[in-house]
Amino acid sequence: MSMLHLVNKSPYENGNLNTASSIMKSGDVLLLIEDGVYGAVKSGKASAMLEGRTVSVMGPDLAARGISEDKLADGVNVVDYAGFVELVEKNDKVQSWL
Amino acid sequence: MAEATKKFMYINRKAPYGTIYAWEALEVVLIGAAFEQDVSVAFMDDGVYQLAKGQDTTGIGMKNFSPTYAALGDFEITKIYVEKESLEERGLTLDDLQHLVWEDEDEDWAEKDSIRLVSRAELGDVLADQDVLFNF
Repeated sequence: MSMLHLVNKSPYENGNLNTASSIMKSGDVLLLIEDGVYGAVKSGKASAMLEGRTVSVMGPDLAARGISEDKLADGVNVVDYAGFVELVEKNDKVQSWL
Repeated sequence: MAEATKKFMYINRKAPYGTIYAWEALEVVLIGAAFEQDVSVAFMDDGVYQLAKGQDTTGIGMKNFSPTYAALGDFEITKIYVEKESLEERGLTLDDLQHLVWEDEDEDWAEKDSIRLVSRAELGDVLADQDVLFNF
């Protein structure tokens, strides 16, 4: 049973990414959307929370915020809206950390 | 002079697209500029993301208002404070931000930098020196 974890807030604004990344199990996927994408920037402090996790990030949200893909933490997978749907389909449950 | 000029500071602490605060702040700053006050704008915490260069919102169906920051100089808003600690925590440097300038009419329209990189302590001193603070 796998779960897709959604985080849509900046890790520098609240603790949602911290909660999601620490509760998720191996086999789960973390998808960063909207302001959540700031967590995927390699040089930022928050990216340490992604280590050892399977992480995807919304490409259109990155572009809107001026984050180029070469700034992302290693192993982070960039998806588009179709990729978002695929992740929802592929995992048994979706948990939105609002 | 009818009324004394006041020192107005607009404090931006939120990322640009997740909420409407950043855009609203920009609107209020531009309106305020019309009243010829001594205006400063500060960017700290997630607010520093507002000035990131290379924003392209075509994929999210929202207006990209980031080019407007470059127009602040034309409205005689020349004091833009960016907090150093906020940049560092987020892994950003000034190079990741737009280069904002203004033209100094007293020096033959010489182009000058608008952004002042300040520490949290220095920003605290700037805040203490203001008459009115607006928070977004």
